[in-house]
Amino acid sequence: MLKIENLHANIQEKPILKGLNLTVKAGEIHAIMGPNGAGKSTLASVLAGKESYEVTEGSIDFKGKNLLELEIEERAREGVFLAFQYPIEIPGVSNVNFLRTALNAKRVHEGLEPMNAKDFMALVREKAKMVQLDTAFLSRSLNEGFSGGEKKKNEIFQMAVLNPSLCILDETDSGLDIDALRVVAAGVNQLRNKDNAFVVITHYQRLLDYIVPDFVHVLQDGKIVKTGDKNLALELEEKGYDWLKA
Amino acid sequence: MQEPTWAHLQYEKPDFQAISYYAAPKNQKKYNSWDEVEPEMKEMMRKLGISMDEQQRLTGTAQVAVDFVMDSVSVATSFKEKLKELGIIFCAISEAIQEHPELVKKYLGSVVPSTDNFYAALNSAVFTDGSFCYIPKGVRCPMELSTYFRINEGGTGQFERTLVIADENAYVSYLEGCTAPVRDENQLHAAVVELIALDHAEIKYSTVQNWYPGDKNGKGGVYNFVTKRGICEKAAKISWTQVETGSAITWKYPSCILKGDHSVGEFYSVAVTNHRQQADTGTKMIHIGKHTKSTIISKGISAGFSNNTYRGLIKIGKNADKARNFTQCDSLLMTDTSGAHTFPYIECENSSAKLEHEATTSKIGEDQIFYCLQRGIDEEKAISLIVNGYCKEVLNQLPMEFAVEAQKLLEISLEGSVG
Ligand SMILES: Nc1ncnc2c1ncn2[C@@H]1O[C@H](COP(=O)(O)OP(=O)(O)OP(=O)(O)O)[C@@H](O)[C@H]1O
Ligand SMILES: [Mg+2]
Repeated sequence: MLKIENLHANIQEKPILKGLNLTVKAGEIHAIMGPNGAGKSTLASVLAGKESYEVTEGSIDFKGKNLLELEIEERAREGVFLAFQYPIEIPGVSNVNFLRTALNAKRVHEGLEPMNAKDFMALVREKAKMVQLDTAFLSRSLNEGFSGGEKKKNEIFQMAVLNPSLCILDETDSGLDIDALRVVAAGVNQLRNKDNAFVVITHYQRLLDYIVPDFVHVLQDGKIVKTGDKNLALELEEKGYDWLKA
Repeated sequence: MQEPTWAHLQYEKPDFQAISYYAAPKNQKKYNSWDEVEPEMKEMMRKLGISMDEQQRLTGTAQVAVDFVMDSVSVATSFKEKLKELGIIFCAISEAIQEHPELVKKYLGSVVPSTDNFYAALNSAVFTDGSFCYIPKGVRCPMELSTYFRINEGGTGQFERTLVIADENAYVSYLEGCTAPVRDENQLHAAVVELIALDHAEIKYSTVQNWYPGDKNGKGGVYNFVTKRGICEKAAKISWTQVETGSAITWKYPSCILKGDHSVGEFYSVAVTNHRQQADTGTKMIHIGKHTKSTIISKGISAGFSNNTYRGLIKIGKNADKARNFTQCDSLLMTDTSGAHTFPYIECENSSAKLEHEATTSKIGEDQIFYCLQRGIDEEKAISLIVNGYCKEVLNQLPMEFAVEAQKLLEISLEGSVG
């Protein structure tokens, strides 16, 4: 599904990603861990296509397409979804209106009819239930005045409605209470299928008790320096990152 | 009289000798029915969400009675008979002068005297038509009344006059839409609107202004120099809502004189400027009666190389015990080359008054746009969502038929505007 080769990316002339390789197949869950400032969010942003990041070298293949040639919204419609570390507030735009606009943009891209209001509301209710998001949040302004945890839940809710093929979760677990963490993890596990894949960025091994990864990668200084299975996360929990330094 | 120069506007003064002060549609006949109106004109009205097709309207959910003023002449008024049954008078002002001189004499110029300002004087001197509306005591007008203005002829100005009177305990919602075709020259629109809300009456006056704004480089466009003012008697309420997207220059301050005790004035405004457009708009709330209350919500959006100014005056007279005002004034910048300015004036002669003022200026969030894009929403749609969200409190004040249209207008006026 996703093949990143020798990826180099700068922000304001400053190199952040320095030759990153990562291959993700459909059906897999990859966890990415690593110290603050290592470039995890940068990787997520580069995949999403954020313009302030400049890719200087390397390639990204997504479902047979050159991802780097696609516009941000095209990537999204092709199935790249980023659950933001810091979700954005848009005052006056209701959660459902936003989501319906997004879903229909994707459907039109796929050659489908826009979804009518009735079917859409049914879908939205079902998915809200799945992540235990109170329906009051549907008509509220997008993320405005949501608590940190509610914002994160809302990201997973959007993900559930849009049903993307590549889900990138940037520290979705941080700020969640234990119950919310379980709910979000259960949501991810329900969404998981053989045709989609997850890249889960996290600092805490705890999340991986609920969302069991196939691979755990350590991203340090702009590169993946170690890859293992879920036990690597436990080891990191114990030892930290210093021992991996070259 | 001199032209006012205090506004934050730069433009070449109109040549008042070169303007033609009266123009009538070439086929001078009065339209007997909506079917006789040219398709092009119908199309324009359809764009504004207005239909004069009474049959269609009768079967639809909402009803709008329309008076159509082209250049200097009112060409068609619909639903007149139906309104007449309720004692409501809705007609061209030229007709009202003939048919209802007692009302016209009593109220015309009572809120905006001919000496009020340069453009009001000009209007008073040259106006030939416009709209007139009278709602009798205790009557709640069952449909939206609407006037649609259009400058059609080259070389003309439009100087229409509107007079709306809501008698005691009456209610009316009045809509006004404007367009003008593309022309290289600047055209002058100097209208006067007077509202009179007698005891316990309520007037809701909504405007969607889409006069031609000129081209990208600021060539052509309408000069919109308008005086709008209403007076509230005891416990009356006047609510101005405006969505201003057009005109090269806008100079406009729909105001309320809160004369009666417990009267209420409201001003909800969205003003969008793009390219080289300039707007200097706002309101005056003159509190004279006791316990008078006013609310101002203004949203300015500037794109391109435009300038957008909010100018407002809150005046609390010495007898206006316990007067209250709340003002919220937000500016959104779409580009680094556009400007947003705020000039709030307060004159307070009564210490029991309570005034609140909130103001913000922000740049449209790149993060917000990125967030939308990441969800698959294209940039144009993203901007429209964000801007509409930003203006929501104001758009919510518009009657349904107009709200949808106003949203589309915002979208069109901001096309390709982020820089
Ligand atoms: N706009 C910017 N200008 C300069 N440096 C930046 C900018 N944005 C990010 N960086 C730097 O890029 C580096 C990588 O940041 P990134 O957000 O990818 O880290 P991260 O691995 O996600 O960290 P965390 O675990 O704290 O979320 C950091 O050193 C950060 O300071
Ligand atoms: Mg991060």
